[in-house]
Amino acid sequence: MATNATTSKRLFGWFDKRTGLDSLLRETLDEPIPGGARFAYVFGSALIFIFLSQVITGVFLALYYVPSADHAHTTVAYITKAVASGSFIRSIHAYGSSAMVILLLLHVTQTFLYGSYKGRRELLWLSGCGLFALVLCMAFTGYLLPWDQKAYFATAVGTNIAGEVPLIGSWLKSLMRGGADMGTLTLSRFFVAHILVVPAAIFGFVAMHVYLFRKAGAAGPISESAVEPTLAPEPFYPKQVIVDGIFALIIIAILATLSHFSPFELGPKANPADAHYLPRPEWYYIPIFQWLKYWPGSLSFLGVVVIPSLVAFFFASLPFIDRRMERRPWKRPVAVGTYVFIFLALFGLGGLSYQSDHGDPGYDAQLKAQAKATEAFMNKPFEAELSGVTGAAIQAAAADPVTTQGRKIFESNGCNACHGDGGVGGAAGPSLTGIHQRLDADHLSSLMKTPSPKMITGGMQPTNLPPDDMKALVSYLSSL
Amino acid sequence: MSHSNAASTEPTRRSYIGWLFGLCGAAVSALLSVPLIRFTLFPLTSTTTETKWSDAGPVADLQSSNKPKTSTVTVEQVDGWRKTISEKIVYITKDSGGKLSVLSAVCPHLGCSVQWQEARNAFVCPCHSAVFDPSGKCTGGPAPRGMDSLETKIEDGHLMVRYQYFRQLVPTKEVIG
Repeated sequence: MATNATTSKRLFGWFDKRTGLDSLLRETLDEPIPGGARFAYVFGSALIFIFLSQVITGVFLALYYVPSADHAHTTVAYITKAVASGSFIRSIHAYGSSAMVILLLLHVTQTFLYGSYKGRRELLWLSGCGLFALVLCMAFTGYLLPWDQKAYFATAVGTNIAGEVPLIGSWLKSLMRGGADMGTLTLSRFFVAHILVVPAAIFGFVAMHVYLFRKAGAAGPISESAVEPTLAPEPFYPKQVIVDGIFALIIIAILATLSHFSPFELGPKANPADAHYLPRPEWYYIPIFQWLKYWPGSLSFLGVVVIPSLVAFFFASLPFIDRRMERRPWKRPVAVGTYVFIFLALFGLGGLSYQSDHGDPGYDAQLKAQAKATEAFMNKPFEAELSGVTGAAIQAAAADPVTTQGRKIFESNGCNACHGDGGVGGAAGPSLTGIHQRLDADHLSSLMKTPSPKMITGGMQPTNLPPDDMKALVSYLSSL
Repeated sequence: MSHSNAASTEPTRRSYIGWLFGLCGAAVSALLSVPLIRFTLFPLTSTTTETKWSDAGPVADLQSSNKPKTSTVTVEQVDGWRKTISEKIVYITKDSGGKLSVLSAVCPHLGCSVQWQEARNAFVCPCHSAVFDPSGKCTGGPAPRGMDSLETKIEDGHLMVRYQYFRQLVPTKEVIG
């Protein structure tokens, strides 16, 4: 036992002389906290913990994911439906983004209410604002990657907002999209931002944020002076580490339970021709999404760019504006009142968005149809993507000029808007795959000319085409 | 700072907590790495590549001919999240008892496509002149074994075949996928 102890001590000594590990550990663990450990201080380390969880799950997801418009959705479906623990890991990652935003808001709120941004902490606050923006960037760029309907249309809206910026708007939008329209280049750009550029920036900002935090020192409870602490300090280790550890365990337990019992869904593949789809962003963007509805036409620049920029600027410059050393929230009615007002406004906007979606029967029905389409897709078993086709049937279909003509008619008449590209089905219209097994050519063309009442209720329009075009369309439909 | 004198009185308590932390951390990490390991090892433990059965034609038609018959089978190969459909040449032959068997056209020597030569009543490889009799047995040339027969079954009167590749240059048939 004694020799063991000396051996490990000598080994540690050897290591320490070369790395300075001991002093590094002491520096980290003996961080003085005025007034001692508290649950109120857990959010910062919880954010680092959840960020690491996102990095780890993200690296693993990249084992199967392919960032291209024709494979992204298949590979995410493969992860979700086929790969062992795939749905679980993807869910931890997807729900993790929500957890990150929640923890970020809690961290900011705690810092704000405790007045912990005061007393030579302006740069610490600014680096935190940088991290806030970067986390929202991660959430925005990650949302597109599954390339399902939800992802595609939410990003179309998001990039359109960038187009509202005066002078450089349309250029900025094209820069983000990699061209005028959303497509495979958009996906590549978002992927690179999501896995390389933004995470690298986050690592840098976290290092800066932690360094500045240690330089300024923990602010301690609200009664404490922000500059010259008077309360007896207690080291970070072990009490605060234990508290932080317990909180991290609670978070991972919640994420794991949610991911196991209610896995994150994947909708049908993005169909850009679908004119009915109602895009809705992730919950944390809903208030902004609702806000944008109130700024039509020429005013949009004011509501979309100027006001949010002013709020962000005001928020970032808080420690420069609020110079008083008073930390107790009840002695800072203006600051706390403004903060509470902004939060209530965001909640209010969220409520209005919910009301306008579910109060309107048309919207409500469409959103329900979209949810149903997602559920139907989730219940279908995984189907591998056909590539390098040399199959005789497919070649014949491509070579038959009448069928090819029929496909053009199908697309130019907007049939794919409801029935999906290649008639695979969408939220608004059913799949037409294998329709020739249910309906013969004559029946099919008569149904298109005079749809059944049920079809009309579903939104099917009577099709009036010259006989030759109708024949071509039927030939195409029969090949599906 | 209080820890300068605490260090001398508290080392056992601190190191005990340290060990406890290490242990808890290791246990939680081990638990969390289970899904990650399963996720990573998935392609090793399940068939992510598989070849499906394909139709070589109606048995009655194939039985009627006495000579080896060329046929193309459509092979659906699943490779992770993608599948490829390709066409492969096979020969359908009949032994003396009338039992159908399907031979891969890939030469077991170096993998060229073996051709049926009516005049010689034999399969001949165009690359290095390996010769096989109508049942696929090697009768001359450099091939280390006869032509490879493929797994077959009869379904609804159709001869179904499962296409596979075999290792070349070895005397016994070894599947390589």
